[in-house]
Amino acid sequence: MKLLIRRFSLYLITAWVAITANFLLPRLMPGNPIEQLIAKLQGRVTPQMIRAIKLQFGQGLNQPLVVQYWHYVTGLAHGQLGESITLSQPVSQILGGQIWWTIGLIGTAAILSFLIGTTLGVLFGWTRGSRLDVVIPAATFLQSLPYYFLGTILIMYFAGHLHWFPIMNAYDPAQTPGWSWSYIASVLRYGELPILSIVLSSLAGWMLGMRNMMVTTISEDFVLMAVAKGLPRRKVMWHAARNAVLPSVANLALTIGFLVSGSLLVEQVFNYPGVGNLLVNAVGNEDYPLLQGIFLLVTLTVLGANFLADALYYILDPRTRSSRHQQ
Amino acid sequence: MKNFQVPRSPKVIFGLAGLALFILLTIVGPWLAPYDPSFSGFLPNVAPSWKHLLGTTGQGQDVFSQLLVGCRSTMVVGFIAGFVATVISIVIGVASGYLGGKADEGLSVLSNVFLAIPGLPLLIVLNSYLPTGQQTNPLVIGFVIALTGWAWGARVLRAQTLSLRDRDFVEAARIIGEKRGRIMFGEIGPNLLPILTSSLLFTILYSVGVYTTLAFLGLTNVSTWNWGTMLYWAQSSNAGLANEWWWIGPPGIMIALIGTSLALINFGIDEFINPRLRAGGISAKARRKSGAPRRPRLGMTPVLRVTSKAGPTND
Repeated sequence: MKLLIRRFSLYLITAWVAITANFLLPRLMPGNPIEQLIAKLQGRVTPQMIRAIKLQFGQGLNQPLVVQYWHYVTGLAHGQLGESITLSQPVSQILGGQIWWTIGLIGTAAILSFLIGTTLGVLFGWTRGSRLDVVIPAATFLQSLPYYFLGTILIMYFAGHLHWFPIMNAYDPAQTPGWSWSYIASVLRYGELPILSIVLSSLAGWMLGMRNMMVTTISEDFVLMAVAKGLPRRKVMWHAARNAVLPSVANLALTIGFLVSGSLLVEQVFNYPGVGNLLVNAVGNEDYPLLQGIFLLVTLTVLGANFLADALYYILDPRTRSSRHQQ
Repeated sequence: MKNFQVPRSPKVIFGLAGLALFILLTIVGPWLAPYDPSFSGFLPNVAPSWKHLLGTTGQGQDVFSQLLVGCRSTMVVGFIAGFVATVISIVIGVASGYLGGKADEGLSVLSNVFLAIPGLPLLIVLNSYLPTGQQTNPLVIGFVIALTGWAWGARVLRAQTLSLRDRDFVEAARIIGEKRGRIMFGEIGPNLLPILTSSLLFTILYSVGVYTTLAFLGLTNVSTWNWGTMLYWAQSSNAGLANEWWWIGPPGIMIALIGTSLALINFGIDEFINPRLRAGGISAKARRKSGAPRRPRLGMTPVLRVTSKAGPTND
């Protein structure tokens, strides 16, 4: 339990750092980006909007920073993220509608990639030193391909050339969103290629890590013991794999941030709705309120996922439950 | 440090050769380019030919020239960011591991916080708040990337310092009365070198990836050529749908190749640190020569005594 509490408090601190950075960045950055933005927006948006932006970023209020911070944090607790400049809607409303696409896409891809990659890693670790070792450089190459690049190539070949998959969007535009079978089927169908591109480019990391752990574990005494007892090969492999998987699970929490960072751009390539697509548009339009809302939402979601991964590790590794165990 | 020797496996050799090639290209790339990469007077969307080795872009520019010229900016920013991040991670990681106690607690929380915050969104927010002139300055971008990318290295270095701190030879140095700085840099330092190299390569890899991603999003100066901006122009001209593989393919493959080279060198370092991994890494030829079993046996760590003619010693 101690481990979980430690991790939880770490994530609380991280969340606080992210929230505070979100508050301080626009106020303390050299060159005063918000003032520039307001100057640019004069005449392009309604005076109410300008006032809202000024309020959100504490412009011309002559309030001490601490008071502004208090207003910011209490507003945040009520789900207030400000108004989007380009979409003229509350940021929280926009994000609430789009985050589920992102969680669905990246979540599915992450779980698939972990399961497939780890399984392959067990097999390649087991057959180390054989011809199958050629997958190492190949997997490394695959891993080095940027997610968005792999997505573009997959679209070009499998969707554009072979017509196996739909090219873009999250569902057939002819379908009306709702709980109908045809709509759900179309969402699944349109999700295949984006998921495939995330899985392909993140799979290798799991595979290589698991292979290395497997190679190390196979030389442990308990594996020798299992062989000496005359257990069937498959059982020995399972026995070693269960012990080798722990570092991978422990790393799960640390790599979620990397995975999400890479995957956000896949949405852009596939014109898939979701937070990544919003992020790219927000940057292009200098929509600071939306940009900050996205950063906060993505960070908090990643922290939540991290905590789930830590909990999984806690369940899997009995050593974490002994009170003596530190770290 | 006499025995500092990275295993000479094909992986490492390929990795080092690749890295050397990229560094060479960084230096001479712009001179080798047959045309001005921004000159747009050629026939647009032409497939590769002898005149244009990699065809032309939708704007009528030579892809091959862009690829050669773009290497420099990609690599320079990647290396600046990689080195800066590594310096930060050395200072924080080694101090945290060696000092222990409250300082360690604080520094560990700091690096864990930076590790948990997803790097790319943070980077995009930071970048968008930079003063207008600075957003396209490679040095500034390098520093900002370093700011989001040092935490992993610090964590690894801390763990290694922690394990070295209580070893006998460090203890001995302490008893002899060596100064703290000498112990940190003279005794512990050299033993961190493999991990440090590995962390540096990893950080460069991260930085090249992140920089090209920012460029792909159009967040850097889109008229300075690097592999990310090439992909940005290709994406915004829908080159994928037009099946212009010669335009999209090369920059992406170059990014992946530099990544592969760095990762392959890292494998060699991993094998150096963890001898058990070497069992699989010894080339088939070396195994046959030393009379080791063709496939390592289960439950055994084959250790080859390369210098002697005797068979392998299993322990």
